[in-house]
Formats: sequence, C-alpha cells, structure tokens
Amino acid sequence: MPSAESVLNLPTIGTGAETLAQLRRVIICAGTGCMANGAMKVFEKFKSEMAGSGLRVILELRPEAADGEVRLSKSGCQGFCQMGPLVSVVPDGILYTKVKPEDVAEIVKQTLTEGQVVERLLYKDPATRKSCKGFGENPFYARQSRFVLHECSFLDPEDIHEYMLHGGYGAARKAFVEMSPEEICKQISESGLRGRGGGGFPTGRKWDAARVQNSTKKYVICNGDEGDPGAFMNRSVMEGNPHCIIEGLMIAARAIGANETLIYVRAEYPLAVARMRRAVKDAEQAGILGKNVFGTGLSMKCDVMEGAGAFVCGEETAMIASIEGQRGMPRPKPPFPAQSGLWGKPTIINNVETLAHVCRILNEGPEIFRSIGTKESPGTKTFALTGHVANTGLVEVPFGTTLREIVLNIGGGVTDDAGKIWKTGFKAVQIGGPSGGCLTEEHFDLPLAYESLRSVGAMVGSGGLVVLNQNTCMVGIARFFMEFTQRESCGKCVLCREGTMQLLALLDDVIEGRADANTMVLLDKLGRAVQIGSLCGLGKTAPNPVLSTMRYFRKEYEEHIFEKRCRTGRCKALLRPEINQEKCKGCGLCLKSCPTNAITGEKKQPHHIDAELCIKCGACASTCKLHAIEGI
Amino acid sequence: MASMPIAVQSAGKFEKVCSILEDHGHRPAGLIPILQAIQHEYQYLPEEVLTYVAMSLDVPPARVFGVATFYAHFALERKGKHVIRICDGTACHVKQSLPVLNALHEKLGTSEKRKNSADMMFTVETVACLGACGLAPVVVIDEQVYGQITPERALALVDEIKTAEDAIETASGTGAEQTSAEDAHA
Repeated sequence: MPSAESVLNLPTIGTGAETLAQLRRVIICAGTGCMANGAMKVFEKFKSEMAGSGLRVILELRPEAADGEVRLSKSGCQGFCQMGPLVSVVPDGILYTKVKPEDVAEIVKQTLTEGQVVERLLYKDPATRKSCKGFGENPFYARQSRFVLHECSFLDPEDIHEYMLHGGYGAARKAFVEMSPEEICKQISESGLRGRGGGGFPTGRKWDAARVQNSTKKYVICNGDEGDPGAFMNRSVMEGNPHCIIEGLMIAARAIGANETLIYVRAEYPLAVARMRRAVKDAEQAGILGKNVFGTGLSMKCDVMEGAGAFVCGEETAMIASIEGQRGMPRPKPPFPAQSGLWGKPTIINNVETLAHVCRILNEGPEIFRSIGTKESPGTKTFALTGHVANTGLVEVPFGTTLREIVLNIGGGVTDDAGKIWKTGFKAVQIGGPSGGCLTEEHFDLPLAYESLRSVGAMVGSGGLVVLNQNTCMVGIARFFMEFTQRESCGKCVLCREGTMQLLALLDDVIEGRADANTMVLLDKLGRAVQIGSLCGLGKTAPNPVLSTMRYFRKEYEEHIFEKRCRTGRCKALLRPEINQEKCKGCGLCLKSCPTNAITGEKKQPHHIDAELCIKCGACASTCKLHAIEGI
Repeated sequence: MASMPIAVQSAGKFEKVCSILEDHGHRPAGLIPILQAIQHEYQYLPEEVLTYVAMSLDVPPARVFGVATFYAHFALERKGKHVIRICDGTACHVKQSLPVLNALHEKLGTSEKRKNSADMMFTVETVACLGACGLAPVVVIDEQVYGQITPERALALVDEIKTAEDAIETASGTGAEQTSAEDAHA
C-alpha cells in the first residue's frame, strides 16, 4: 500500500479547476435515464467521429492540457432525464438535448471544428418557444441553486483524479489533518444541516451523540436505500458523484471516531452499485481509504452493500438488522443507533444527500451554508419533479422556495395526458411519497420547508414531488400509496400490518362503489390509530396520503360514496356502461355477444345497454369494431 | 461438522454454492450477500440450496427462509427466459403504467399471481420504482430500460423477442447450424 502523500501528491488537490475550466470538453450524460435512451451509442459515435475529423481527443484526464485538445467524457445524471441523451460542450456553454448517434457528425463538424451551434438540437422552452443555448438560458436549470447536483453534471464519476483536481477530498484532508472531532461536529451543528432522508433531524446533534459514546468500535452508514417511489435524487448522486459520498462518510467517521463505514445501496439501482464499488476501489488504490489516512495514522474502511428490496430498510434500525443478515424489521428506540446500533456499537446513519452537503460545509464554512434556505431549514434540497409536468427531473432549490416557482417556472407548467401544456389543469402535488401528503392550489405560495409542510399535513420526506392534473382521481392516488405501504409493511406491529390492509379494503370499497356514510369515519379513525400504534416511520406515516386527500379532496370522496361517480372516469367500477350513440352503427354484434341480454336495439339503429342487467364482462366491448362501447 | 456428509455427497451439485459460501467466510451475517450471489448464479433460490446454506452456516433453516421470503428481490421460483419488469412507482403510475401491465398480462396469459407465461419464455412482474421517473412510464426487459412506453410498444417489444426466439428455434430445429450461427452473430 503506497503512502497517501506519494500517490496523491496531496498539495495538488483543487489546483486543477482553473486549467480544467479552459479545456474544451464534450460531456455526455451517463445517468440511468440517458443511458436508457442510448447515451452510450452517442458516446461511441463521438469517439469515432472526433477521431475521424482530425481532432485530438483525450479520454483520460491529464492536469496539463495542450491547445487544440478536446476531452470526451461521461458525466453523472444531469437531472433533465426526459430530454436525454444530453450532450454539453464546455466552455462554449452549449447543451444539446435528445441527441441521437446520427446527430453526432453534425455536432463534431459544426460545433467542434467551426464553433457554430446546431440550432435544432437545443432545448426549446415550451412556454416561450425560444431556443435555449445552454444551462444559463434554460429555465429548468437557471432557476435552480445546484450545489449537490452541480458536480454531477460535469465530473466524470469514474475518474477520481478529476474529482481531486476540482478540490475533491480536500474537506476530508482538512477534517483529518487540521480539525478535531469536536470541531467538525461544531461546524456541522452551526451550519444547521438537517437529515435529507425525511425526518429532518439535525445532523450535528446526531454526530455529537455518537461522538461522546465511549466505544473503541463505531460505524457510519450511508443510507442509499431510496425506496420512496417517485424519488431518485440519491440514485443520481451515487451515480454522478460517488466520491463526494465517500468523502462525506470519511468526515462523519472522523467526527465520531469510527474507522468502518458502509454504503447501503438499493438493489434496483445496479448502476449506482457499480459506480460506488468502483469509487471505493479507486479511493483505496489512491491511498485515501485504507491505513494511515492522510498520514494521520488513522485507518478507514468502506464497504458497499446492495439491498435486497425492502422499503422498510430505509428505517435506521431495520437497515441495521438487514446489514446483520436478518429480516429488515425495526426495533424500538431508545436505545438510538448512535448509542447502540450495528453489532451493538454506536452507529450513525446518514442519507446520501446529507453526506453530499458535508464537504461543502467544511470547505466553505457553516455561514455560507446557512446563508441560503430558511432559518429553521438552511441549505438546499433536491426534489424529484415528476408526473404531469412539462419538465421532469431533479430540481435543487433552497428551502423556502414556493411550489409555484417549482411547478410553473422550473417545471414549465402542468401537462395533460398527452404531454401538452394545460394551463388550467393543475389539481395537486403529492409530496413526500407514501409518507407524505397533498398540496393544492391554495398552497402555491407556501414556502417549502420541514415545519411549513408539517403544518399542512404533508412532509418533505425524501423529496418526491409528483404533479397531478385534473384527470387524476385522488382516491385512486390514496389507494396507490396505501397498496404500497400495505405491501411493504414488515408485519411487526399489528396496527401497521392489519391496519394498512383494512385501510386498503376501505379505499377499495370507495373505489368500487360499496362504501357508505360510515366509511370515511372509519378511514379517519383507523388512520389515526395506525399512526399511534406503529413503531417506525413506515406505519406512523402510512395513513398520511389517505388523511391528506380526505382533508383537501373531501368532495371527491363524497362523490364516490354517495353519487357512485368518479369525476375522472378512472374508477372503472363506478362507470356506467353506455353505447356511444354517434359511433354505433347498429351492426348487432354486441347484442349477440351479451350473456345477460342487457343490450337492445333495432338493426342499423344505435343500441342501448341496460346498466342494471350489465355484468361488465366486456364481451360486447371486445366484439365492437367501432369502439362504441364505453364505461366497461 | 454435521453438514460434512451432505457436503461430500452433493459436492458436485452444490459446488458453486460452496465457493460462494467460501467467499463470504461462512458468516451468517453475510446471509443477504450470499443469497444474492446464489440467485445471481441460479436465477432463483431453489429450496434445497436454501436448506444447504442453512446447514453450512449452522443456522436454523427458518432463518434462511425468513430472510429469503422477506426481501422482494429474492425469487423462490424459477423465472422465465425473459424477465419483463414494469415500473409502478408514483410517476409511472400517474402516467398510466397499469394499462401496459394489463396488456402484457393479457398477451402472455400471466397475472399478478401467475408471473410466468405457460411456455416459461416470459416473466411479468412489477417493481416499486426504478428511479428513472423522468422517462415514465418505464419497462425493463432483461436489464434493457425502455422509457415512455405505451401498451402498443410493449406488445411490439414482446413480439420482437418472440420472433427472435422462433428464428433461433427453427434454425436449430432444421439442423442448419451454420446459418443459425451466422444469424446469431448478425
């Protein structure tokens, strides 16, 4: 094992940023989204085209760049997945969207050799119809404050040297060489950093609690088990900037006096697992992880563990059980993991996004971190903006930003089911996934932060923001989340295990027309009972989607229950079978196919269905060639 | 050492399992990575292998079965040749992933309970979220991700696989090995 100094030549950390800023680079987004759309084919095409056009292409980064060299590299997720594959050219400041291999030759010729922009590949703002040249003109990027995500969009996640030339591992070195554990905890406490995984617990206090424990063995775990359906900011950081997570972990470990760390990554993220493993290996080879870290004599170990698909493992104690090779079931707290966690030793568990903030706090100081966001919730938060919105992707904004800014300005407005802008189509935003709640138009100007959201019955959660248009049935959304939590309940607490099942059955009653006046009372009572009677966050928050939709969309529930009608037509059981009188030509095929003789009509005249006799078997609909039968 | 006779008996059968257990140092704490490695090798977790793992780790079989059934990622049944996973995360759900699922179920004769098609060619399953929400709705067929999918496109993809499979079968069936090998390369 080479010593840290010899390999790293440590004083070079951070000295390459200026040289690199001038180097011409073609950066291809290699996040999961863009790779699914063929980013790797685009990358290969660039490689051959650039070589063929006489450009001096460099694939490996060197600190000293010669004139006329162009670097071709991959980056982590740039967040604008819907428009992928994304290709950016720096320092020209151009962002091309939806690039196909056949577009590559044009980019190489026009942009790289002649310095022109290929207009047709630029992003067009759907609201103003203007072409946006680069990140700065694109409202999706320009209105964000990208700190955690910033490095993901240009660093090569598989190149540790590039990370270091940009100042990477400088904060870790500072923590190991210049700072004492108390000082680190103090800085983090002063910054006001709160856990980004959902609960919002102050990170500094958590670290302090573990630091004061008198134990020779302590652990730090990075929680990358992002199970919330509809949130993917952790995946993006693990794929895009894995070294910053390792650095954050090292700082946390130094702060509490641990020498073993572990990154627990969700099984559904194979690329994140691969990139994290590669990053750990590279850091070991570079002498950053291992024995005698930064010449201090301290050692540091980092493992990557792949989860096995259980939402509840995002809960701290369940995750510990899972790492110990058990079923992932939570246990009562106290003792808190900071006192007795993995293998009974003091353990802290931090979310990926939390750790990604740590390096910047140490580098720039807690005051800078505090200067954005709100007083209670400082800093930025990444939200995953998805659903019926023009620009879907990852959005990093200061805490306190309003929903209006996120949905209408950054998101570009609400869309209909076909993806066209629908000015009056906004219905709600579901925030925080299965543990969160709904926000409606009345909350458009509410600043998004931990406290403000709790006051309206929602929570930041992991930061999933799903925009819903008028065609979405809110009872259906409540049922969707209830089905998820019911399936993911580990079964330890009776009220969570049985309660979520009964809540789901009650919601099915509403959706299928069996509910009566008592159903809503029961939903409310049972929901509150599940909140009280559950041990961990899963059960405590599972009824939130139901309670919150009942609070803001009571009328919609009442329509389902008393009028047996779903205004969006999504609840199939409540639809009344009808024959479209304009489409029906009276061929009689449906009449013959109906097993209950519910269809009547003269030949060549539009037919009718008797809703009372109809059993909704669908036989008529499948025989009708004109698609005239509706509501089945 | 109670496990020795069985280990000797079935050394050939469980050779890979043995080497996986060896790699993880026979530690019960490594049970989840062990089962993951076994599933990677066998595509699923056969019951006899689970019993064998329990004996080798010197833990009750109930503990191994408990873990194997707790986590969604572990499959106790054999899967079809091609695995189709439909994402039903929030973003995919509101962008109509269920019609895609229903269309596939109908075409392949599968259902929520019966995930494998009768000919064991396909397995259709849903996953909670793949984190590719920007591309919703998403379908993953054999690790290849397809975004913004519609029922029609999903069915077309299945047809493509079926045609490719039929081509392989007829080619090998007629004994025209030369051409089939060439086809495979093309």
